[in-house]
Amino acid sequence: MEAAMNVALAHETLSRWQFGVTTVYHFLFVPLTISLSAITAGLQTAWVRTGKDKYFHGTKFWGKLFLINIAMGVVTGIVQEFQFGMNWSDYSRFVGDVFGAPLAMEALLAFFLESTFIGLWIFGWDRLPKKLHCACIWLVAIGTALSAYFILAANSWMQHPVGYTVDPATGRARLTDIWRVLSQNTTTTQVFHTLSAAYLTGAAFVVGIASIHLWRAKRAQSRGVAPDERQRRTTAVMRTSLRLALFVAAAGGLLVAISGDTLGKVMFEQQPMKMAAAEALWDTQEPAPFSVFAVGNVNQGRNDVELEIPGLLSFLAEGNFHDAVPGINDVAAQEAETYGGDPKHYIPNIFVAYWGFRLMIGFGMTSFVAALIGLWTTRRKWWVAEDKRTAEDEVPRLMLTRNREFSPWFTKWSWRLGIWTLGFPLIANSFGWIFTEMGRQPWVVFGVLQTADGVSPDVSQGEVITSLSLFTALYGILAIVEVRLLAKYASAGPPVDEEPPRKDPTLRPGDDEDADQPMAFAY
Amino acid sequence: MELYNLWFLIIAVLWIGYFFLEGFDFGIGILTRVLARDDVERRVLINTIGPVWDGNEVWVLTAGGATFAAFPDWYATLFSGFYLPLLAILACLIVRGVAFEYRAKRSGARWQRSWELAIFWTSLLASFLWGVAFANIVRGVPIGPDKNFTGDLADLLNPYAILGGVVTLCLFTFHGATFAALKTAGDIRVRANRLAAVLAPVTALPALAFLIWTQKDSGDGWSLAAIVVAVVALVASLGANRLGREGWTFVLSGLTIVAAVAALFLALFPDVMPSSTNPAWSLTAKNASSSPYTLKIMTWVAVFATPVVIGYQSWTYWVFRKRIGTRHIPAA
Ligand code: HDD
Ligand code: HEM
Ligand code: HEM
Repeated sequence: MEAAMNVALAHETLSRWQFGVTTVYHFLFVPLTISLSAITAGLQTAWVRTGKDKYFHGTKFWGKLFLINIAMGVVTGIVQEFQFGMNWSDYSRFVGDVFGAPLAMEALLAFFLESTFIGLWIFGWDRLPKKLHCACIWLVAIGTALSAYFILAANSWMQHPVGYTVDPATGRARLTDIWRVLSQNTTTTQVFHTLSAAYLTGAAFVVGIASIHLWRAKRAQSRGVAPDERQRRTTAVMRTSLRLALFVAAAGGLLVAISGDTLGKVMFEQQPMKMAAAEALWDTQEPAPFSVFAVGNVNQGRNDVELEIPGLLSFLAEGNFHDAVPGINDVAAQEAETYGGDPKHYIPNIFVAYWGFRLMIGFGMTSFVAALIGLWTTRRKWWVAEDKRTAEDEVPRLMLTRNREFSPWFTKWSWRLGIWTLGFPLIANSFGWIFTEMGRQPWVVFGVLQTADGVSPDVSQGEVITSLSLFTALYGILAIVEVRLLAKYASAGPPVDEEPPRKDPTLRPGDDEDADQPMAFAY
Repeated sequence: MELYNLWFLIIAVLWIGYFFLEGFDFGIGILTRVLARDDVERRVLINTIGPVWDGNEVWVLTAGGATFAAFPDWYATLFSGFYLPLLAILACLIVRGVAFEYRAKRSGARWQRSWELAIFWTSLLASFLWGVAFANIVRGVPIGPDKNFTGDLADLLNPYAILGGVVTLCLFTFHGATFAALKTAGDIRVRANRLAAVLAPVTALPALAFLIWTQKDSGDGWSLAAIVVAVVALVASLGANRLGREGWTFVLSGLTIVAAVAALFLALFPDVMPSSTNPAWSLTAKNASSSPYTLKIMTWVAVFATPVVIGYQSWTYWVFRKRIGTRHIPAA
């Protein structure tokens, strides 16, 4: 009992909890930021090119939600930048030569870009020429993707260290080839996978909120309330947003699956233990089945309950249905032989890895399927009978075939699925990271440095308890504030009364005709 | 020049840039409760930094990231050793960043007042704590043979460090006032000018004491020169303020910060974190640095990226060059 308490409150355990909590929290905002900036940029581009009000109102609406979200992403990111040194100082000393470089590049090449142009975009509506203003949000979107690339290059190096040697004089990692770190297949695949997951996430968020508005309008309509002008405009914005987002979600979902498949093969090659853990495959099997459902028992090294699809794991790992896939016990024995110690030490938390992997795929792919269904049923003209077509500012009918509309029951549940899908990819993202990071344990840098050897020796248990409590409390409060604000603005709908700017601002100095006008946007 | 010395310089420049820029941000945050008379004036002040505070903050992220890449041991010792003060700074930066964005997102006196108080206190505390942290870096802290910090919080709260905190607090508030004078219009501008005139001598006293102390303990000819520049700039800033030259007043209050922080780095060099336990255990630019290869890569990145960043950040200031007065603030 006391031993268990000691482990639970050990400095290492607390630091791990803190890193896990703060990072997963940061990653709730990150994927939304990456994708909402791009979706907002797309809508603004459409407005600049067509001048249609619905695009303008869409830009304003999603832009506002994007801003509420990015504020949290930015402030939680600051913690990330410093906590390697604060809680993982031995890790930092060991890897700094390699790991610091992408982190510094991220700040210099990505964070400056994002943060400067976001300021220009927020306050620039009445200062910058339309096209330049639109370019600002595109630069923000590019900055967020760049940011993801650099931090993922750093993370990939922890999953699969390359381009370094361990300096015999200092006993630390020393960079020998930056290009390999930035371009190895772990990095490229992880970036591909994470970015497509991010686009799926933001698109699902838009689908969800657009569905709320459209379903609300639909119900009002069926109660016999005729839509007024404001309602029609809102519907037009939401309908366009819905279609755009369904498309992005379908494309993103497809790419997530493709890149996830590649990532699985990369991982199988580079971290066989993680793949075995993801499958709770205790012993090497040839061919290996894909487990749909299992309950593992770590102590006994076997699964008590299991449901499998024969051969599928061989396919996922190696692209064919018959090769052997090594099991947990075999890999652990192998690692123990290479690095010394007890094989059990090299087994990560199988329950978490196994379920993390399934929940990632399950939740994320549900949104993908929902997007495909939505894309089909909400189509406007193609293979829809003339009399069933709806105008741009009407709630779409959900059309199954040319003449057949969904029954009211199906319609209701389809809109509900659309609304629920809002949160699914967010959950999937968290589980994906929990799986990736915990499946790597006990290593922090795979095969090179163990997590226990990375903690700060000069930070006391009390200090970590203080910081962990502070972050948890602060993040908890901010989560409530943020969700309430998002709900408020999401529910209020687009500012359809707002007129687009009358004239295109110029940058000419001395153009002071509007000197006394109130600012178009102010804090 | 050895690359690690160049990187010492780059890190110094990043921190100087940070304190120059975020210095007036923090100052504005503090002035929301000192200078502003009502809600609209508070909004005037907040909006003078609205478009730029986030970009300013990235200077510290870059300083942190660059320290990690170029001086892993410095990064590791500093951030783990100064754990609790840094935690407090992080908490301030988190709350402050959210406060700017969320304050106006909901009407209601209580909501807005809470965020305004948050802006004030977090700006104040962060200003103070950065001074404490930097004073301790220069003064030296207990560091053992394995490069780890061996002291505790009490070691960090010594009189020299507290004085350092008071100096940054005063300097940033003064710098904020000269910025407000430059960027606002109307009544508040007049008051900002008057306040700056009061704050200059108030700042001069602790600043002078702190810099002389620094010079006595760890200074050399170069740091002395920087200290002289800082003092002259502060006096000249007051003079420019008297003459009603707001642009110059601001530039000179900025120069005071630049020269004062430069003096600290000059006094520090070639150490990056002296050990008060045994000078042989001090972290130096040489023994804390990364390999020459990493430094070379990072040098190339910095050489190409920095001018671009400075270019577009300057452009932002140009775009938002107009003064803001109460008439520009839209109804809430
Ligand atoms: C919406 C989110 C989402 C969805 C639907 C998926 N993933 Fe994923 N996955 C992530 C979000 C994610 C992630 C959170 O972004 C991770 C964590 C680390 C990473 O690179 O991406 C991840 C990691 C990750 C890894 C671990 C990589 C490693 O540890 O080296 C594998 C093997 C897969 N994914 C495979 C898949 C497959 C085969 C999927 C479906 C067909 C899939 N993912 C859907
Ligand atoms: C890049 C985005 C990252 C995400 C979303 C992420 C997420 C996570 C998660 C979910 C955990 C598991 C927490 C636990 O086991 O209790 C974790 C652990 C950890 N991660 Fe990552 N991580 C990321 C990147 C990194 C990077 C770049 C580092 C570099 C040091 C890192 C280092 C660690 C460490 C030291 C732990 C603690 C060991 C552990 O508890 O598993 N992670 N991270
Ligand atoms: C543990 C590793 C991480 C560190 C050290 C880190 C650091 C940071 C920092 C300091 C910021 C604030 C920048 C600003 O002020 O503008 C930030 C924001 C951001 N980070 Fe992270 N981050 C981590 C994980 C990730 C991951 C895994 C991704 C993406 C895959 C990511 C993508 C972003 C993006 C897109 C932003 C800007 C917008 C937003 O914050 O929502 N970060 N990060």
